[in-house]
Amino acid sequence: MNNVSQDHFVTADGRSIGGALMEMQNITLRFGGVVALEDISFDILEGEVRAIIGPNGAGKSSMLNVISGFYVPQEGQVLYRGSLRPAMKPFQVATQGIARTFQNIALFEGMSVLDNVMTGRITKIKSGIFSQMIWKGRAEREEIENREVVEKIIDFLEIQAIRKTPVSRLPYGLKKRVELARALAAEPSLLLLDEPMAGMNVEEKEDMSRFILDVNSEFGTTIALIEHDMSVVMDLSDRVVVMDYGKKIGDGTPDEIRNNQEVIDAYLGVSHD
Amino acid sequence: MLYREAGDFSTSYTADSQTFPIRFDRYRYYFILVVAFLVIPFFVNDYWANAILVPFLIYSIAAIGLNILTGYCGQVSLGTGGFMAVGAYSFYKLMTAFPEISIMLHVLLSGCITAAVVTLFGLPSLRIKGFYLAVATLAAQFFLVWMFNKVPWFYNYSMTGMIGSPERTVLGIVVTGPNTDAWAKYFVCLIFVTLCGIIARNLTRGSVGRKWMAIRDMDIAAEIIGVNPLKAKLSAFAVSGFFIGIAGALYFGVFLGAVEVTEAFGIEKSFMVLFMIIIGGLGSIFGSFAGAAFMVLLPVLLKNVFVGGLGWPTDLAAHLYFVIAGGLIIMFLILEPHGLAQLWRLAKEKLRLWPFPH
Repeated sequence: MNNVSQDHFVTADGRSIGGALMEMQNITLRFGGVVALEDISFDILEGEVRAIIGPNGAGKSSMLNVISGFYVPQEGQVLYRGSLRPAMKPFQVATQGIARTFQNIALFEGMSVLDNVMTGRITKIKSGIFSQMIWKGRAEREEIENREVVEKIIDFLEIQAIRKTPVSRLPYGLKKRVELARALAAEPSLLLLDEPMAGMNVEEKEDMSRFILDVNSEFGTTIALIEHDMSVVMDLSDRVVVMDYGKKIGDGTPDEIRNNQEVIDAYLGVSHD
Repeated sequence: MLYREAGDFSTSYTADSQTFPIRFDRYRYYFILVVAFLVIPFFVNDYWANAILVPFLIYSIAAIGLNILTGYCGQVSLGTGGFMAVGAYSFYKLMTAFPEISIMLHVLLSGCITAAVVTLFGLPSLRIKGFYLAVATLAAQFFLVWMFNKVPWFYNYSMTGMIGSPERTVLGIVVTGPNTDAWAKYFVCLIFVTLCGIIARNLTRGSVGRKWMAIRDMDIAAEIIGVNPLKAKLSAFAVSGFFIGIAGALYFGVFLGAVEVTEAFGIEKSFMVLFMIIIGGLGSIFGSFAGAAFMVLLPVLLKNVFVGGLGWPTDLAAHLYFVIAGGLIIMFLILEPHGLAQLWRLAKEKLRLWPFPH
């Protein structure tokens, strides 16, 4: 299953993977004279776990920022669900069903865990400011409906005990989990995870891996993740994109990547004599 | 022992998301409302109304307004005095132009006009943050005061340049002008405080409040989640302006009766309301009330102690007030940046466990 989008197939563990959800075509991103991404093309299939790996400074986070609409590439185009995505602001991208987490946690420190996760539902709110002033009828009903969804996610990620705790009091590993909860609250069709396991110990990594796989198999959420821990990447992902110095140097299943000479060179270095 | 949540179970999300989830808190809140509405009006005299209760209520509204903007949405504003002046002058113009319409409606309309003006001055917040925004709102403060001094239309071409509120009645009771009873002043302000408090609380516990707080805590993440920063910030400016406008209208119409803009709505007013929310607690409705009470009561208390108790000259006591207020603000910023509201929260946590702290 190399790069070409197949129509429909079922993986060994019984998840069904569909056509391309998102296609990046010849993306080039420059910051002044620096070329962060150069002519990169790849696709993300519906229902798969797609990993983006590469050494430091390879442009992985820039790639994720292009997908989430934070950076607008100078060249190339982004196709979402088969149609060209026009340049839009990040908050508009959120309404399209794309949610993400950040490399260095970007939670709202002054709010409780529950409020943080509830902010994930903001795109679903229809009631206006005037109906919320009165807090009767639609505003209250919506609040309760969203709370029910959020509580399911809180259950799913096993953070019930801390739901009323201010985020600023939580340890690092839990913060990462709350951030995942906030992204999941939006019920995204595409979930972008920027180093979800950075700085975690083995147990926390195992928990997080389990959550990622569960999200993928239970909710059918497509996941694109950046991660440095190779054993995690190889275990979790269906397909891997490898980047180095802003270029794509490999794309394929974990097994293919493991045996790709260019990837091995990029990671281990190669002598130039 | 006294303050317990044992046996208090929320069985629905409605019950869990209400303003006072703990039964004891809820009853205390009802108790305060009953006392405020049904007991105090019968006992209040001129001194209590004019020196303590009415200014406290009016400053509470202004503090809630500024707290929504600065405490909840993180947009620093030094224009509160000028924005209160907008409320006061709108109220004056509406009152004199449409005497037949109830002034209760005029107060609300003044709030709406102020909301529009504040939103206009909030537009720079889309580009600038922090100190730079503070300076932009400072410009609004000076511009508005200057405008109300320079354009005679605003003070109806009166010779003195001052505005004075004519006598108006609500349901046959005089509420503005020199013949107002103390209890009527108090009652009008109380109605608006209750209204503003409930609106502010409903907004801050719902998704609008979460948007504001998201922008305050991390605007980039907020945007990724789907918060439109333009709408979120401007709605905070508008709601804040609505409250500050109401406060300005009441301050002029009901409390003072006649004002001169530079004196009543100068930069000191902006700082005073800012101090209230810093001392009371940023991002807390209770903190707005606590801060307003503190700033209103402190000079009264010091005057009673120094002049009444120790027999010092009045001017010395007045100057000492500045020293003590300034010192307390610095102390609060260092020791408890979250203000009286946080102290209150800690006290409640301690009380829950008392007398067995482990």
